[in-house]
Amino acid sequence: MKTDIILAGVGGQGILSIATVIGAAALQKNYYLKQAEVHGMSQRGGSVQSNLRISDRPIASDLIPLGSADLILSVEPMESLRYLPFLNRDGWLVTNEVPFLNITHYPDMERILSEIKALPHSVTLGADALAETCGSVKVSNMVMLGAAIPFLPFSEPEIEMAVRTIFGSKGEEVIETNLKAIRLGTDQSRSYMNP
Amino acid sequence: MQNDKKLLLGDDAVAQAAIDAGLSGIYAYPGTPSTEIMEFVQKSPDARRRNIHRQWSANEKTAVEEALGLSYVGKRSMVCMKHVGLNVAADAFINAAMTGVNGGLILVVADDPSMHSSQNEQDSRFYGKFAMIPVFEPSCQQEAYDMVFEAYALSEKYAVPVMMRLTTRMAHSRSGVSRRTLQDENSRSLPENPSRFILLPVNARRQYKNLLALQARFSEASLRSTFNQYMDGPDKSLGIVACGIAYNYLLENFENQNCPYPVVKIAQYPVPSELIQNMAATVKKILVLEEGYPFVEEQLNGIISNHYAVSGRLDGTLPRDGELSPDLAGKALGLTSRSVFPVSDSTVPRPPALCRGCGHIDMFSCISEVMKEIPDGLVFSDIGCYTLGALPPFSAIVSCVDMGASITMAKGASDGGVPVAAGVIGDSTFTHSGMTGLLDCILEKTPVTIIIGDNSTAAMTGGQDSSAYGRIEKICLGLGVEEDHLQVLTSLKKYHQENMEKLKKELLYQGVSVVVFRRECVQVAARRVRKG
Repeated sequence: MKTDIILAGVGGQGILSIATVIGAAALQKNYYLKQAEVHGMSQRGGSVQSNLRISDRPIASDLIPLGSADLILSVEPMESLRYLPFLNRDGWLVTNEVPFLNITHYPDMERILSEIKALPHSVTLGADALAETCGSVKVSNMVMLGAAIPFLPFSEPEIEMAVRTIFGSKGEEVIETNLKAIRLGTDQSRSYMNP
Repeated sequence: MQNDKKLLLGDDAVAQAAIDAGLSGIYAYPGTPSTEIMEFVQKSPDARRRNIHRQWSANEKTAVEEALGLSYVGKRSMVCMKHVGLNVAADAFINAAMTGVNGGLILVVADDPSMHSSQNEQDSRFYGKFAMIPVFEPSCQQEAYDMVFEAYALSEKYAVPVMMRLTTRMAHSRSGVSRRTLQDENSRSLPENPSRFILLPVNARRQYKNLLALQARFSEASLRSTFNQYMDGPDKSLGIVACGIAYNYLLENFENQNCPYPVVKIAQYPVPSELIQNMAATVKKILVLEEGYPFVEEQLNGIISNHYAVSGRLDGTLPRDGELSPDLAGKALGLTSRSVFPVSDSTVPRPPALCRGCGHIDMFSCISEVMKEIPDGLVFSDIGCYTLGALPPFSAIVSCVDMGASITMAKGASDGGVPVAAGVIGDSTFTHSGMTGLLDCILEKTPVTIIIGDNSTAAMTGGQDSSAYGRIEKICLGLGVEEDHLQVLTSLKKYHQENMEKLKKELLYQGVSVVVFRRECVQVAARRVRKG
């Protein structure tokens, strides 16, 4: 078993929190894991990505080779396309549809969405609106984590246990909000694939 | 398999190992990708319980000297910086190799190939060789952890500082690491031969001979190091030298990490010449994979005879600049790449930008507007978030070179006859390396205006404590800035007109003036609110 994931987004959107939860889940299952993060200048509203590799055998490289990612999980639509050459031909692209507009010449949204939908395997959802129904737009990253569960080597209860480990110190309310967001994301993703 | 393991960044692994190896003090100035080492120690319950020194220093030079002082009294110390920080600390660093150490001293330097967050991609292994000390370069997080113990042992065995070189991917990548049991700290003890720390020529000559004599020992240590390995392979058409993290990129290209070629893995320097010679005797060609400059590749001519075909960064097999990747390693091995999706043409670059609500935005709005009226003026700048003032819509600054250079370059330009010369510098950068330059200006009454963008933190690296906090006015007045020409403004839109007028007046003043634009970093403020 090996799952290579590229997490994509804009600095400040919370992709490292997604990585932390997946990392905790991997540790619980005794999987090997390598996760390369971007810190520093790009975190100031620039493009950020994280290479996350999970396997039941030792992993060599911290970076995912071109054409090897099983999943691109993005919290922003344009950012999901930035790393396309890393996606395996059979891999999935799962992204939030809501653009993060902090640049002047953001490309045409229809073009971005049609390019995503032209891929063999993709899931798109409006994570921000779903997050708001959970009480905070801030958990849109957790909605996206939920949407990715069908493509991860973890079950929903395993992810839930990881969330409890990571957010344990923040209290039951925070945990419940995050779990609700994750469940919504998973449901949306499943119904998107099997309408 | 991984049960007892903790997920640690390379930086975290180094910090955890130092604590477990009996660290008594860590010294550092924040700099990507090294910052998390100090931050890990600051958050560690063991470090708190033992009261391990874990405060930020004013700059990398003071950090190295403080660590050397702690080592002088027999304790284990660590000092951390990014690669360019070692330029600042070079005087202390090179001479620490001359004095040697008492308690173990590890200097951790994090290089940034591809310049993700830096102004160059200098390779610190050259500094290690220049100082003639052992250098460690881990290939994975567990090795980084284990190495720290060996590095302290080697440092104390030969009484020399040792370097540990990380690169961005090692520093900022997470993996499972197993810990050893926590060791006691060293007890306090003074050096047996204290004159070695007094580098008068008579002592320095003796110390240099001593350091030269140790070189053979360091080479011997590299040869015997468990971190350096010669692994034979059935296919003798090629031999590979792989350093640090490049070893992982090599193995990634083979099923089950089974490389068919003989490999020398290097993770400790001086270069283990004998391992390379042993491999060279069995192969015809050699490929060198190393992150950074062609450090080993350039040395190969002195290690093996020059009739070997050597490939790497010098002959164009690998790019001369930028970080390596599994794909670049695969290409150098002549492996065919997978068919991949083409690069999307619907994406545009998204460069970093000042945060929404950042005080620097208000500062640069003032500067840009005032400077429109002074077309022959020049605004130099420095290293920090405010370097983003170079980008539109501000395009407000003409330079970003090294810590503190805004002030001194403005002085030089003024010396050259530029009528209005200004330097924009952050609060933390000002106390790092700006104060001495300001003193130069004051001594010569140079007509310059120093604009201090004071957000009360080291913001670019994530909001660490700034040594300047609460003392900028006192420092400026103490250095000799006239009270009438020290303006402290609040960086808010509602004061825009007033701030602009005050700034303009000082820019036109024919002497040294300092204008402080002050407002707390929005990220730090938000974090404080979240914590309650």
